[in-house]
Amino acid sequence: MVHSETSNSVENMGGASSADQSKQWLHMYEQMLKIRVFEEHVNVLYLSAKMPGLAHLYTGEEAVAVGVCEALHRDDFITSTHRGHGHCLAKGASIDRMFAELLGKEAGYCRGKGGSMHIADQETGNLGANAIVGGSAALATGAAMSSKMQSTNQVTVCFFGDGALGQGVLYEAMNMASLWKLPIIYVCENNMYNEYTHFSETTAGEINARPKAFGIHTEEVDGQDVKAVYTAAQRLVEQARRGEGPAFLLCNTYRYHGHHVGDIQRSYYRSKEEEQLWMTQRDPLELLSSWLVEQHLADKETLEKIERRVYAEIEAGVEFALQASYPDPGEVDQDVYA
Amino acid sequence: MSMLSTTPSQENSGSGSNQQNREITFGQAIREALAEEMRRNPKVFIMGEDVAEAGTPFKVLAGLVDEFGPARVIDSPISEAGITGLGVGAAMTGMHPVIDIMFGDFIGLAMDQIVNQAAKVHYMSGGKLNVPLVVRTTLGASRRSAAQHSQSLHAWVSHIPGLKVALPSTPYDAKGLLKTAIRDDNPVIFFEDKMMYQLKGLVPEGDYTIPFGVADIKRSGSDISIIATSSMVQVALEAAEILGKSGISAEVIDPRTTFPLDKQTLIESAKKTSRAIVIDEGYERYGVTAEIASVIAEGAFYYLDAPVKRMGAMDVPIPFSPVLEDLTVPTATSVVELARTLCGQS
Repeated sequence: MVHSETSNSVENMGGASSADQSKQWLHMYEQMLKIRVFEEHVNVLYLSAKMPGLAHLYTGEEAVAVGVCEALHRDDFITSTHRGHGHCLAKGASIDRMFAELLGKEAGYCRGKGGSMHIADQETGNLGANAIVGGSAALATGAAMSSKMQSTNQVTVCFFGDGALGQGVLYEAMNMASLWKLPIIYVCENNMYNEYTHFSETTAGEINARPKAFGIHTEEVDGQDVKAVYTAAQRLVEQARRGEGPAFLLCNTYRYHGHHVGDIQRSYYRSKEEEQLWMTQRDPLELLSSWLVEQHLADKETLEKIERRVYAEIEAGVEFALQASYPDPGEVDQDVYA
Repeated sequence: MSMLSTTPSQENSGSGSNQQNREITFGQAIREALAEEMRRNPKVFIMGEDVAEAGTPFKVLAGLVDEFGPARVIDSPISEAGITGLGVGAAMTGMHPVIDIMFGDFIGLAMDQIVNQAAKVHYMSGGKLNVPLVVRTTLGASRRSAAQHSQSLHAWVSHIPGLKVALPSTPYDAKGLLKTAIRDDNPVIFFEDKMMYQLKGLVPEGDYTIPFGVADIKRSGSDISIIATSSMVQVALEAAEILGKSGISAEVIDPRTTFPLDKQTLIESAKKTSRAIVIDEGYERYGVTAEIASVIAEGAFYYLDAPVKRMGAMDVPIPFSPVLEDLTVPTATSVVELARTLCGQS
């Protein structure tokens, strides 16, 4: 396992009191749990044929989205991927409107026109999930350029997976971000698989050597450890906000499910043992909750209370979406042009 | 709807009657539109390869960096996909980028950014996000530049819902359409004929815009309609002149934008003349000529005395050798020949 370059720094979060710390970690726990339970319900909706299309679940990678987004302001920008539910939720999207979008309902974030792979939410700075692998690299960099040109002090985070490392436009964008010192963090979620192929079969050399070649400050963290992700992200975001330019944050993580919900037979590309190991030894929620209990920052009762709250919220969101109406047929050719 | 404007007074004029008409080139008209829009709106900026001090190889942007500085006239790496994508992201977040893609052939490199990103952001976001982006690029053969610097690929982007496509044929149209493009809240792909940069014409000083989706009758006539775009408008006008001498009165219409397309004006003209030829420098097969011909065939069917004919670039990669290259593009002579046949003169 890869360790954060900044171990233990979270124990001293800028002199925050232990009560504040506990509150913040519990909030992150709740956010991660929200993503976990959200995806559980997506899985059920999909398998029961209530959700059309494709579902790429984020389960297992929750610490990355939450650790990074907790380091951002509400008006900071993110761009997301086909596996993007976690990013949306972590940036503050509302559960009911997300479920509504997933079911193609008018109350959804995109009036049912985007679906699972295209949720955008201007109010929380989410410029949209992108279903072209690496498709948001240049867009995110343009948003960072825009913030710099308008002196808005916003930072942009571009989330992408190890698969996007194969796309040339990522390198064009990183080159310009470094040349022009743009306030952007490239967050690479290495879940080890480009769809059904281990990244080592598709990725030559060292991943970190690539951003470094552009002169981009690069760090690597254990993406299952939300404390490590948050600490690194916070530092990189503040650097970018101060005008010190872009950064690359490699987060090593794992997706528990297949590439998409229908990817059931996975033994030809990864073993059950490997999956079990990550789920039992490296689960981001488990790692955080046991640390919270060990440190006496939370007890079981508190965690159970959070769990009940999250389930209630998610179930209400699902119910809202199931009851919501589909768009009027007249919507089909609306919003093609502004 | 036939707002057939060839004079500034009929367009949306911004600053009243004291505008002076001067003769300037197509390239100067483009530069003037950019400069005026950059003065008008601080969010407008230019990005592309060699756009600053070099002013592009065509020198169209010469001098802009002196007025607006390198922060608004930005020399980029040779990364067409990257700069177009940065333009999309900047447009989504409050800026109005004008991206320069030197040769139209290079939009192949930027196609995902144009087709899958720029064109779809507004719709996919349920109408919440806008992409007020302009991509300026070129079209046209006959510069002896061979197969990768000579194509006219505007049909590619005209095919995609979410994009608008403008292709002016005169200095006057160039300035007015580019200003409209920059003020539009949608992605606009703007094609300039490289051979036309030195073409002169009357252009008013100061502000005016030309609405998209309004065709312009460049020459009135009663025997045959010649629908021509961009580089082919001059060819059509030359042909009309020759045809006039042999008693055929040709009407030349320039749609000016392939999307939105002013179907009504094209159909009305064909109804009036009963014959139509469509000329466009894109490849003929599956091209702009096919779309426009079908619009006329459907809309004016019962008025037509002859099948609607099409003339595009020959369906070959553009060859280098001048002798060969010249065979690939419609000429006044070939247009005259076809028009005479349609009018029963041959």
